[in-house]
Amino acid sequence: MTLDLFFQYLFAGITYGSIYAIVAIGYNIIYNTTGIINFAQGEFVMLGGMIAITLLPLVPLPVAIALAVGITMLIGAVIEILFIRWLESPSVLRLIIITIGISILLREIALHIWGESIRSLPYFYGNEITTFSVGSVHLSPQVLWVIATCSVMVAGLSLFFKFTPTGREMRACSANRTAAILCGISTRNMVTLSFMLSAGLGALAGCVMSPITYTQYDSGTGLAIKGFTVAILGGLGNSMAAVAAGLLLGIIEAFSVSVVPLAFQDAIAITLLLIILFVKPHGIFGSGEAARLKDF
Amino acid sequence: MKKKNSLKILSLCGFVIAVQLLTLVTGTQYFLTQLTMSAYYGLVVIGLGVLMGYAGQISIGHAGFFAIGGYLSAALTTHNLLGVAENPLVKLLDQVGFLAMSQDIYGDQLLTVSPWAACLIAVGAAGLIALVLGVPVLKLKGHYLAMATLGFGTIIYRLLLATPYFGEADGISDVPSFTILPALGSLPPIVISGDFSLRVVNYYVAWGVLIIGMILLLNLIDSRVGRALRSLHSSEEAAEAVGVNTAGFKVGVFVLSAIFAAFAGVFITHYNSGIGPSEASVMKSVRYVALVAVGGMTNLWGMLIMGVSLTFLSLRGVFGSMDDAVFGVILIGVMLFAPNGVLSVREFFVTRKKETAE
Repeated sequence: MTLDLFFQYLFAGITYGSIYAIVAIGYNIIYNTTGIINFAQGEFVMLGGMIAITLLPLVPLPVAIALAVGITMLIGAVIEILFIRWLESPSVLRLIIITIGISILLREIALHIWGESIRSLPYFYGNEITTFSVGSVHLSPQVLWVIATCSVMVAGLSLFFKFTPTGREMRACSANRTAAILCGISTRNMVTLSFMLSAGLGALAGCVMSPITYTQYDSGTGLAIKGFTVAILGGLGNSMAAVAAGLLLGIIEAFSVSVVPLAFQDAIAITLLLIILFVKPHGIFGSGEAARLKDF
Repeated sequence: MKKKNSLKILSLCGFVIAVQLLTLVTGTQYFLTQLTMSAYYGLVVIGLGVLMGYAGQISIGHAGFFAIGGYLSAALTTHNLLGVAENPLVKLLDQVGFLAMSQDIYGDQLLTVSPWAACLIAVGAAGLIALVLGVPVLKLKGHYLAMATLGFGTIIYRLLLATPYFGEADGISDVPSFTILPALGSLPPIVISGDFSLRVVNYYVAWGVLIIGMILLLNLIDSRVGRALRSLHSSEEAAEAVGVNTAGFKVGVFVLSAIFAAFAGVFITHYNSGIGPSEASVMKSVRYVALVAVGGMTNLWGMLIMGVSLTFLSLRGVFGSMDDAVFGVILIGVMLFAPNGVLSVREFFVTRKKETAE
């Protein structure tokens, strides 16, 4: 492998890795406030992309994306209020099945609205063949958009959770729910908020990745599994670790193309997931003792 | 077996015969095809039900085991081994009598694995894979377990789609019929195939298999093992404390349910004389989970009834293009309003009343 090719693969890996990381962060936000793994997370990504594509003929691109994020957040809130909010101490098994049901429902609704055709947003800057060169490596500007969006998101989220009152209240919920209630925090509202936040993040990810990966009604499922792999890899609930794990998985996948056929690429991520689950279920950056205290 | 169960089994047998006679009288024998397939899918559902309801372990990868059974037996009985007859493995199969010679429609010689042997190999492979997978996977709980089994199902799906031996996106067709019992005296042979003249026989074979599976599971859950499983479901720690080998039981039930699914896969593949990759898709696995949930997690009879009837409606195309959506709605609806299954809706209202009374 030449050096140029190496860097080409590396950047491809980082691009996909950033996307996986965003999906994983979506899982983590909901997991932290509720202890739920939202199996419909991938569908938020798909919805974001699809809504933006639909709005595009009517409004300029940035507005379409902003609207798509807003609408998806609304959908996230509605889902939480309809299906999760009023359940009293539901079992994990029940929640898993409910969120799986929600993901099927969203996918089927998308199928009936948008059909099976594959769509995409236009490139944010230039077009498919626009490239710029770093040394001898050619990159699409969209790659930069993805990486920049991911970085801004992660930085924004950590600021939000550290310094804003709402962010702190959400963290309080995840640290100790009972104590949070005693402090007068409305934990139920925080849960709704966490669904909105992760729906919004997912939708934004769906928009920036759409020009590269395309959007189809069922594109959420694969992303959901990859995102979950990343969330587990980094240790559930740890967003910073999720970024590192996302980049790791993206790069592994990108380089695997040179070794195994493309058709097996998905199998690699999942095999990795299984291995991690068996060997170190609390993630490579997580602590086993902390994981044992949590209720699965 | 408990007397109550024997009665129920008997009435199920009676019902099966009555349905066949009804289709004969009303001239609606075309229903038998879907009824036969529903029975096989019912077998997957009750097997998964024991795992989910009694052992409390979720699996979103059972379509994978179904596909392992179906695909292996299809590939083994379809691919011509004549070109590799000198291969030591093929020779070994020949020596144990696992191979059969036949002619295809063009009169060419075909050397394939005989259906019975293929069935055993396929089911054995599914059981073995379940064992190898189950030992590490069942140490996981909740979300992790769900995702791990989902991952397993997806891997199987991807591998089938990418392997030329399994026909890639086309699947495998022209699977030969499966003679379960050769002709005995004046009795005709019992053959699993989609042939129209064999429709009634196949209907009874399918329901016979389902009823035998049901009897096995009913006996299992009434036995010491069943009590151990239930204790495991309510509290794993407590079960362990009284000396139940929780890990062993969980893996055992996982393997058992995989074998059920693989058997169903083998039979249905011979019945349809083909199998496609959609049988291994995640949506199928989710559908089995939905059927278990709607029947009631700890209610084998409920699962059987709901599993067979909903599958029948779906196969008849009653839900049209909303097929998957219907199962999604069912899944959410059941879990929200009747987590113990639709047949326990009454319970839900009764407990509600009690709560408000208090």
